[in-house]
Amino acid sequence: MPLYLTDDQAMLRDTARAFMAEEGAIAKQLRHWRDIGCKDGFGHALWRRFAEMGFNGILVDEADGGLGLGHVEAGIVLEEIGRNLTPSPFLVTAVAFVSAVKGTPHAARWLPGVLAGETVAALAIDEGPKHRPEAIAMRAERAGNGFRLNGAKQFVVQGASADVILVAARAEEGLTLFALERGAKGLDVEGVRLADSSIGARLGFDNVEVDADAVVGEVGQGERVLARALAAGRTGAAAELVGVGGAAMEMTVAYLKQRRQFGRLIGEFQALQFRAAHLHAELEIARAAVLKAQQLLDEGADEAEAMIAAAKAKAGSASSLAAREGIQMHGGIGMTDEYDIGLYIKRDRVLNELFGDANYHADRLARMNGY
Amino acid sequence: MADLEGFRRETRAWLEANCPAEMRQPIRDESDLCWGGRDPVFKSEAQRAWLEAMAARGWTVPDWPKEYGGGGLSAEETKILRQEMARIGAREPLYSFGISMLGPALLKYGTEAQKRHYLPPIARGEIRWCQGYSEPNAGSDLASLRTRAEDKGDHWLVNGQKIWTSYADKADWIFCLVRTDPSAPKHRGISFLLFDMKSPGVSTRPILLISGYSPFCETFFDNVKVPRQQVVGEVNKGWDVAKYLLGHEREMISGFGLGGASASLGARLGPALADDPLLRAQVARFDVDALAFRAMSERFIDELKAGRAHPAQPSMMKYAGTELNKARHELIVAAGGADALEWESERSDGGRVAREWLRTKANSIEGGTSEIQLAIVAKRILGLPGA
Repeated sequence: MPLYLTDDQAMLRDTARAFMAEEGAIAKQLRHWRDIGCKDGFGHALWRRFAEMGFNGILVDEADGGLGLGHVEAGIVLEEIGRNLTPSPFLVTAVAFVSAVKGTPHAARWLPGVLAGETVAALAIDEGPKHRPEAIAMRAERAGNGFRLNGAKQFVVQGASADVILVAARAEEGLTLFALERGAKGLDVEGVRLADSSIGARLGFDNVEVDADAVVGEVGQGERVLARALAAGRTGAAAELVGVGGAAMEMTVAYLKQRRQFGRLIGEFQALQFRAAHLHAELEIARAAVLKAQQLLDEGADEAEAMIAAAKAKAGSASSLAAREGIQMHGGIGMTDEYDIGLYIKRDRVLNELFGDANYHADRLARMNGY
Repeated sequence: MADLEGFRRETRAWLEANCPAEMRQPIRDESDLCWGGRDPVFKSEAQRAWLEAMAARGWTVPDWPKEYGGGGLSAEETKILRQEMARIGAREPLYSFGISMLGPALLKYGTEAQKRHYLPPIARGEIRWCQGYSEPNAGSDLASLRTRAEDKGDHWLVNGQKIWTSYADKADWIFCLVRTDPSAPKHRGISFLLFDMKSPGVSTRPILLISGYSPFCETFFDNVKVPRQQVVGEVNKGWDVAKYLLGHEREMISGFGLGGASASLGARLGPALADDPLLRAQVARFDVDALAFRAMSERFIDELKAGRAHPAQPSMMKYAGTELNKARHELIVAAGGADALEWESERSDGGRVAREWLRTKANSIEGGTSEIQLAIVAKRILGLPGA
């Protein structure tokens, strides 16, 4: 398969690009929800519009009412989300959660709501400030017909508005994933506004009781389910980062062609030209790595894991460079809230941390390569 | 799709049967590369057999048309051949500036007679070419070159000097930029000439580099007579040919970024990293960049074959690939420590690590410096205003 978009994929990109630029625009969504202090940090009406557009069913099998497409297509939508900084449950719900529950009995329970744009899902994985899924310590003890959960989670994106939370905990048999419904007794949810004005959550579990059929996959076999969720989430976050970085760069290059100092356009200065050109190269390489990771993931190839790690790390560093250079090259106005470029550096930082930052994934790739 | 799967099966079987075991070993140094030529030097019988077998199928240049000695394969088939060669670690049967640089330029700008005359011997590895571009006072500002070719009716009379001519001392023919109209603006008085390095008046002098090797030469032309028809493209429009060829040269040089078959530098350096967490971290970040660049190279080739690549994309690739290769060798010498400093010992294979490290410093200079590439990307891709 060639490493560029097929005609069908290019059509989807055009559709998603026009839709997101119109309905997902910064002024209409991000700034609107931020400025009114929305407790969800995103608009439910837009989430239903995503569903109407068919986006929510991209990764859902046709038998379950979805489109049965792949991570390349999901990534196309995510890149446009990234370009517009559109606040949306798409990444966690329609990409990571859908990938986790696919093929399990939980699909029938939750996917219709996702397809309708009614259901929001969250992933409760991280227990400290950094993403360390290998070190999950939260306990799940057998109790009656089910389990009792104790511990704490953080950086649970959309955790405060989720109808269902996929919780990773350690049972006696090993890592186990649970689909926990909203409002469970003993579950404390603290919505936390993040730098990019999205809402994460800190969750406290105090003897939260769940039925055995809340288990996703098999007891003690949660690694497989978690791996599906993380592979999808990381690849998706990388695609969104490419969108964030790409738009930040476009804004910046446009500014270089318009701002005059010393009687000339600042884009004529070689010091800025070289940095812009270097940035362009970094983003193009990141985009290629992300597409390769998506294709390998869709093929179920063994090399997918390594490429996903490289893609997340590369997209994170390239997008971050775009955001940092964006502010610097905009000069003083880049520091103002009125200009959008500052919104990009915030979203970039959140997406870099989400599902593991560039250092985490470089380390992971190194371990896969035996060092 | 079914056809392609069939092609893959046949290709795999043919490679298994025809690629000698020795030609599946990783390349250790320059002497493992086969350059062909009028008086070819083969390191082994296997190297000769591999070249002959591949050339017979036109697979030294799989995507060139069959009538010019190529394999006539489609873009998809060429990619499959490359994948199947990579699968068994098969070496390139032939390294050739004729293939990577002159061939594409001839295919685009050559006359039918020129294509039929020059391309098949390139495909078979029978003529080794060198590139006469840079001059002592025309480096990054290549178009200011001064080597003269005077119109003498039936022939051109060439006088002047080239520099950094890779392997000029081993090459059979040269493709050379010469000034044919000294009064025209600098880009418009240049022609693209082909001639035999055995022509009277041609001499070469290898240049000793910091690596201790001499891959480049100074090349002198003293009243060299070149038959009139050996101009490619129109007289005084050689700059178009030159630029087109530079794109292909940059593509080739960007391939250095791939660093051979082994995907992970860390896997190769292994034990040296165990007690050096900071170096390990640098190598890990490098491996991310290298894997991402590998994907970029694949995408670039796919886009080129489909005619979707931006015409200035080779500049981006050349910049990224060469900077990556320099970073790779910095890490390799750092991991080697004092061992990597030995210059002549047998233990160090004659200072291979140190010499290769030094050689890579030229990567971001030859074929247009990194700064030239960045300027091209800034202007032609990003559309930033020109100086």
